[in-house]
Amino acid sequence: MGVATLLAVMAGVVLGGAAAAWLFRAALVALSRGALRRSLRGAPLTACFGMLVIALYLGVAILAPLLAPYGERAVVTVQFAPWSADHWLGSDHLGRDMASRLIYGARNTVGIALATTALAFMVGTTLGLWAAVVGGWLDGALSRAVDVLMAIPSLIFALLLLTIFGTSILTLVLVIAAVDATRVYRIARAVAQGIVVMDYIEAARLRGEGGARLIFREVLPNAAAPLVAEFGLRFCFVFLAISALSFLGLGIQPPTADWGSMVRENATLITFGDVTPLLPAGAIALLTVAVNFVVDWQLHRASGLRE
Amino acid sequence: MARAELLRMRDIRIEGRAGDAWLPIIDGVDMTLHRGEVLGLIGESGAGKSTLGLAAMGHVRDGCRIAGGAISFDGIDLRAAPDATRRRLRGRRIAYVAQSAAASFNPAHRLIDQYCEAPVRHGVMTRAEAEADAVDLYARMQLPEPDRIGWRFPHQVSGGQLQRAMTAMAMACRPDLIIFDEPTTALDVTTQIEVLAAIRGIVAQFGTAAIYITHDLAVVAQMADRIKVLLRGREVEEAPTRAMLAAPRAEYTRSLWAVRTLERAARPPSEGGAVVSVRDVSAGYGGVDVLRGVSFDIHPRRTVAVVGESGSGKSTAARVITGLLAPRTGRVLFDGRPLAPDHRKRTRDDLRQVQMIYQSADTALNPKHTLREIIGRPAQMYLGLRGRALTERVRALLALIELEPDAHIDRRPSELSGGQKQRVGIARALAAEPRVILCDEVTSALDQIVQEGILRLLDRLQGEFDLAYMFITHDLATVRAIADSVVVMQHGAVVEAGPRDAVFAPPHAPYTARLLASVPEMDPDWLGRLLDRRDAGQG
Repeated sequence: MGVATLLAVMAGVVLGGAAAAWLFRAALVALSRGALRRSLRGAPLTACFGMLVIALYLGVAILAPLLAPYGERAVVTVQFAPWSADHWLGSDHLGRDMASRLIYGARNTVGIALATTALAFMVGTTLGLWAAVVGGWLDGALSRAVDVLMAIPSLIFALLLLTIFGTSILTLVLVIAAVDATRVYRIARAVAQGIVVMDYIEAARLRGEGGARLIFREVLPNAAAPLVAEFGLRFCFVFLAISALSFLGLGIQPPTADWGSMVRENATLITFGDVTPLLPAGAIALLTVAVNFVVDWQLHRASGLRE
Repeated sequence: MARAELLRMRDIRIEGRAGDAWLPIIDGVDMTLHRGEVLGLIGESGAGKSTLGLAAMGHVRDGCRIAGGAISFDGIDLRAAPDATRRRLRGRRIAYVAQSAAASFNPAHRLIDQYCEAPVRHGVMTRAEAEADAVDLYARMQLPEPDRIGWRFPHQVSGGQLQRAMTAMAMACRPDLIIFDEPTTALDVTTQIEVLAAIRGIVAQFGTAAIYITHDLAVVAQMADRIKVLLRGREVEEAPTRAMLAAPRAEYTRSLWAVRTLERAARPPSEGGAVVSVRDVSAGYGGVDVLRGVSFDIHPRRTVAVVGESGSGKSTAARVITGLLAPRTGRVLFDGRPLAPDHRKRTRDDLRQVQMIYQSADTALNPKHTLREIIGRPAQMYLGLRGRALTERVRALLALIELEPDAHIDRRPSELSGGQKQRVGIARALAAEPRVILCDEVTSALDQIVQEGILRLLDRLQGEFDLAYMFITHDLATVRAIADSVVVMQHGAVVEAGPRDAVFAPPHAPYTARLLASVPEMDPDWLGRLLDRRDAGQG
């Protein structure tokens, strides 16, 4: 393949992506109304592309049994079968259909990453805002505990915990959530510390409001913008962490399809110049980029920059 | 006038972006300034004063654009000139002094480093010359220890000193024109005098032309040779200071004048004793006492004004009453019964009885809540209102503060003007149906016409709901307008207290006398006379 062809293909991909994003935005604008519609109309194409990709991933994850031509764990052909009409992306080292496993992998990897990030945010945000609102010894105790946890490199810490508690999906979610909650805690606390000194928080305290109301009604709405942006980034990190752990053999356990372990299992093919094992990695990369496009847009909006 | 023309602005139009549309901010204003002349720009907030002032440098804020008109500075067309030319002019021939010196200085650098930056950068002086010059200017600006103060960091000097250091810095290149954007608005009256005197002195010494932007008429009367009145981006009138003060032509200008004459007769203390009594309270932060043995009473249906310069402990007294700061010694009594020193230990009813209105409505209202929630919450908490009853209550409160209920109930604070926000703060306090409201500098961030509206509203509500007010302020015009009794504080202690007319009439305590003398008057000769008297007193 010459350089010219390569450039033409790349240009085609970019143009195709832009066109798809443009159409997707038009559809979203037509379907929404009010403030949502106004903000969507101002959304950059990158953000629309990101939203389109995320929507596609979600669709694939939800509809996996309908879309996949074969079962997730079924051995349907020979090992390392090449791409063909029956098996679009060939088969893996056990003769399972690659395309089907890629589709089921979306469900497992994305679903677990979403659950983990959500859990990390619930715990981290609540504790962070609580520490900022109450202050004093509680803040000190929580923050020092978090400092200790953060002092241990997260991958090693996760490996340690997984070795202790075993590798089920539940422990995987809990362990990564615990590790990531410390980062969320830091951000939530830092953001909230700028908010709790405002007069309206003082007014709420003087009104006799309880801690929960202060945290969730008074502080959280004002801290939401940076936290939403952080959610997007954190989701990517969690995603990568799960894939990394799976690659190391401590994440999602076989025979469950998972993009990280799929790369490892079929890594031998790379030596033969076959791109198939890189497709799951590409799926991870594409989602990471898509999420970051959307996050950038939200950050931009939250920072109040108009031009 | 024989002096040469320095700045000439013709038919200036400046627009600001609102979504996709461009709305006019300045709509066809002419402005001419001669060398050595001081022009006062006045008008309420949002009139376009600062925008016009910045346009004199050929600059507009982000999201704004100059849509039309000509700006010529000493023969240079600022609109047509390339950026490099404009950059060379700024700092060197045109300087700008912002309202908040504290926010304009870089807190990480010493004052003198920031002073030297412009002259060295523009190649006017070497670093050593600039430093010597800074010391000289600091002395002329009557800063204490002029040969040492420059080596301090911004947080190590007071607000008034910082504002003078800022003016000295603007003077560093001996510019032809300085734009002062409300340089004394954030300062209290006694500090303001020092800064005004210093600015006036230095502008006269170097024959610098100046544009002085303010909403305080009495201040502009001291500073300006000519006054231009702006209203919603248009010129109302322009005249030499004395002529305008003697005979304002436009109706709007006369209404600006009228605000300062708002005054109500002081009422004697009401029967039946005080509703809140502060008894021998000493309190502070860390090891430092901010309040030392303070006692005063708040009487039902009356207004007590607590006055004093910043740092005198006025706001700390309010924090002790609300229970945000526990006193070290002394007590706060409510109806003769002691209140718990910590607000967390007070009963819900005790909390309800004492409400607070804050100086800055911007930070006092949660920006993510609608007015329904902001005003409704106290009524919901304290009075147990729900559903339709709550909505009706919020609507009634909005009507009370003269905001149209249907149009405003679901708005957020960012969709309101400064005066409207302050009214919402009042409604939130009223929603608790308190007996006492503490007002902490509630009008000092507002311009005079809005101030008058708020004061009239507070006065009316006091009559309707039998409220007692504690009014913390440094503006004696406000005191004259609504207070029945006055407490004068200095360095955390009460120096004088009593009925308003008694405190305002001689003989005064020395500090009260100084405070009263510091309130600017409309007479353009007032500052000169005051300084002469002071010199005579010292000499």
